[in-house]
Amino acid sequence: MTTAGPVTTASVVRVQPRRRGSRRPSAWHLVLLPVALIMLAPLIWMLVTSVSTLAESRHFPPRLPSSIHWENYREALTAAPFGRWLVNSTVVSAACVLSNLVFCSLAAYAFARMRFRGSNVAFVLMLATLMVPFQVVMIPTLLVMKDLHLVDSLAALALPNLATPFGVFLLRQFFLSMPQDIEEAAKVDGAGRLRTLFQIVLPLMGPPLATLSVLTFLNVWNDFLWPLIVIQTPSHMTLQLGLASLQGDHLTKYPLLMAASLMSQLPVLLAFLLAQRFFIRSIATSGIK
Amino acid sequence: MTVDVLTDRPAPVHSPRRSGPRRSRDNLAGWGFASPALFLIAAFGLVPVVWSLVLSFQSNDLSGTSGWVGLANYRQLAKDPLFTDSIRRTLVYTALFVPITVVGALLLAAALNRKIRFIGFYRTAVFIPVVTSTVATAFVFNLLLDPDYGLVNSGLSKVSLPTQGFFADPSEALYAILAMTVWGWIGFGVIIYLAALQAVPQELLEAAQLDGCSAWTSFWRVQVPQLAPATTFLVVWLSINALQLFDEIYVTTKGGPVHATTVVVYYLYQQAFQFFHGGYAAAIAYVLFLAILAITLVELRVSRRWVDQ
Repeated sequence: MTTAGPVTTASVVRVQPRRRGSRRPSAWHLVLLPVALIMLAPLIWMLVTSVSTLAESRHFPPRLPSSIHWENYREALTAAPFGRWLVNSTVVSAACVLSNLVFCSLAAYAFARMRFRGSNVAFVLMLATLMVPFQVVMIPTLLVMKDLHLVDSLAALALPNLATPFGVFLLRQFFLSMPQDIEEAAKVDGAGRLRTLFQIVLPLMGPPLATLSVLTFLNVWNDFLWPLIVIQTPSHMTLQLGLASLQGDHLTKYPLLMAASLMSQLPVLLAFLLAQRFFIRSIATSGIK
Repeated sequence: MTVDVLTDRPAPVHSPRRSGPRRSRDNLAGWGFASPALFLIAAFGLVPVVWSLVLSFQSNDLSGTSGWVGLANYRQLAKDPLFTDSIRRTLVYTALFVPITVVGALLLAAALNRKIRFIGFYRTAVFIPVVTSTVATAFVFNLLLDPDYGLVNSGLSKVSLPTQGFFADPSEALYAILAMTVWGWIGFGVIIYLAALQAVPQELLEAAQLDGCSAWTSFWRVQVPQLAPATTFLVVWLSINALQLFDEIYVTTKGGPVHATTVVVYYLYQQAFQFFHGGYAAAIAYVLFLAILAITLVELRVSRRWVDQ
């Protein structure tokens, strides 16, 4: 949708009335086209290799495959429990998105609208944890999981990400910027806090809630270090971890690895292409990659 | 927004004077609403920070055996050549990665901030690596930079340049990692800069044009100074991430060849999960934490001075 097409071209023509009567293509294409190709080259090469034979992938100099070998994808799917990994990643990411939406909304609403003893201290402490690198907390967190007998389980993947200080902070800022009149009206009508939040306030918070969802999803979906240290059994792995674990077995079976990589990227890539504007705005608010 | 995360002091939420019954109800409701999230954040954020500090004063094999050793872990760190080398590598990497990515993103964003044909395609091309996972990125760079049959070596030999070892060559591996991570992160910088460029007041640019500034001068003298907050944010954020480099190393070089890419977090990972030196690893984590804090503070201070001038 957002890539160049008739739609974009038409809007450009509309936005920029012909100046100086020139219809000459901009010289910027000479800069931007090579840049775009360099940025896309690794992914294009990934696609090309994923449909080559093993012999072709080991040919030097590299060349395009003589025919398209989709069977690499089938082979990749049977060589590893891909379906399982996809389900694991989806379940864990979805659980984290949902729980962040609920828990962060509740806490953010409390911090934005209620007066309660110790709220400032709690808020500052919570913000302080934002600055702590994950490497500092990962060893004790692993020990906690051991005590709870959760090592090597999906629960261990989700638990540390169920509520994030970033989420609470982000939503609190949006609650603060919202006028209070509507809530006052709801109070007059006898609605309780919980009802006001879920039926009046949250429906007005679509964009920030969606932003939080996108960011939580990207974060958990692409997470690597935590799954690496807490999961051992292949059937409990996430897509990223499972993908990385293939490398040892298939060190130079590049066609298979590339087919697997592309498949693992597909859900996020499709979502990105469909909702690019939205992803961009979310990423710009957060600093998450 | 994230700049706020780093510097914002929360405004006091309440004015304290309120009557009795109303106030107690808020106490109950407030904690009721906040406690699920706060409990989780305390359990997996706050408590581990303290626990990690305690660990760093212990010898701990991560399976139950531990003993108090005081500052021994830290003393040993200072004498550990593998650790000091890993710090040096991490700093070299950060000192290259941050400026290259920031300047590259700035120039790219300036080029992409115009309404021309195919601009949507160009932007998408630059953004796509941002949502590509580090594992997939690392795999494809392994392939492109393969010394024996990689595309890049083929290109080099086509223009009669010597082929390179890249990830296999100790003197090049870190730079190959650098190239790969710049590819992965530059689009993120572009996103931030494009958002900031759109906020530069149009009148400023028109005034510069009226004053006869060339496009080049008005870019460097008018637009870039307006972008200072975005630049500060990017420098801080990219530094924090560069100092925590791990995933890409794990998937490509595993710290090798001959330690050439053993950065701090990779060394920490080895100490904790290959040698089970839990206390020692916790000490490394704390040194890293303090280094990140110190570097962030220096960057914020330098940027403030630079902006004030």
